[in-house]
Amino acid sequence: MPETNAPAVATTAAACPECNAEVAFDRAPRRHEIARCRACAAELEVTSTDPLSLELAPEVEEDWGE
Amino acid sequence: MRIAFLHTRIRVEERLLLDELERRGVEIELLHADEAALDITADAPPRPVDALFDRCLSNTKACAIVRAFTSWGVPCVNPPEALENCADKGRTTALLRRAGVPSPRTILAFSPESALDAADDLGYPVVLKPAVGSWGRLVARLRDRDALEAVLEHKATLGGVQHGVIYLQEHVDKPGRDIRAFVVGGRTLCAVARYSEHWITNTARGGRTENVPLTPELDDLCARAARAVDPSDSGDSGGTSSGGGAAALAIDILEHPERGPLVNEVNATMEFRNSIAPTGVDIPAMLVEHVLARAEAGAGAQGAAA
Repeated sequence: MPETNAPAVATTAAACPECNAEVAFDRAPRRHEIARCRACAAELEVTSTDPLSLELAPEVEEDWGE
Repeated sequence: MRIAFLHTRIRVEERLLLDELERRGVEIELLHADEAALDITADAPPRPVDALFDRCLSNTKACAIVRAFTSWGVPCVNPPEALENCADKGRTTALLRRAGVPSPRTILAFSPESALDAADDLGYPVVLKPAVGSWGRLVARLRDRDALEAVLEHKATLGGVQHGVIYLQEHVDKPGRDIRAFVVGGRTLCAVARYSEHWITNTARGGRTENVPLTPELDDLCARAARAVDPSDSGDSGGTSSGGGAAALAIDILEHPERGPLVNEVNATMEFRNSIAPTGVDIPAMLVEHVLARAEAGAGAQGAAA
């Protein structure tokens, strides 16, 4: 899982939809990328990159896996 | 070269694979499973691609999408047969047995009553798994008939129709670890041991990994397991990543104290983030190389047909 709420190197950030803390990425994220908010531990999904938008990641479905 | 990258989530594995594809100058067609709408009566995919690289988390959707692209002549990693053979644990186990690959004793039952009888035959503790599923979810080690009865009642009441197929396995008293080996194009790349305090030694559940040297015996077992589920694998890898089968597979092995290594499961959409550092093998690079080789082989075949 990529670094989130990262310090100075962050170039892109958005608010966590769960706790409103800033979630920052150390590189430009991709759409559907998964990240974790360090403030509240919510698992998040990048739903848009321009502008950067985060939503709670969907629940794991029964047939998901390797 | 243009590769369709089928995905659900971009996790560490997908980021590494996309980075590797970009590093090689490959044009990437990002294809999110939930956003795909495929006209399967058309003669070609929506946009021309040289291969499809499946990293979709939903096995059901992946099988359907990979089947569609295969019908259009697009090489897919993994090919649909390997995907489907790995998706259903009952099917995997039957194919392993047919190929003479040792695996834990397994019984399929189709009602709680027959499952209880089967467990008496297997002996407790017994391992109950969903026939479709991964990451150790809903896997239960049941120590007696009362416990099994309770879980079977839950399955019958709460589970979907797939839970009507009851996959029961002997419990293997493994030495605190299992082994995962990575087979790409019929060639075993590397292997790791996964350790955990929990009896389920799955890194998705927090296990730690350590390199396992590839012995000829381990290599042979993994190659045979891969061939069992990948009908395109003739067993002649020829030292290349493309000559010995189209699939890229992760083989999970339990070490039985008396019977030796047993192939427990074969995974078609491998996770590898915790296996790169201990093995020193650049697994994403090897996977990308394999996909590109499949794409080139597909283009060659189409050129020859034309």
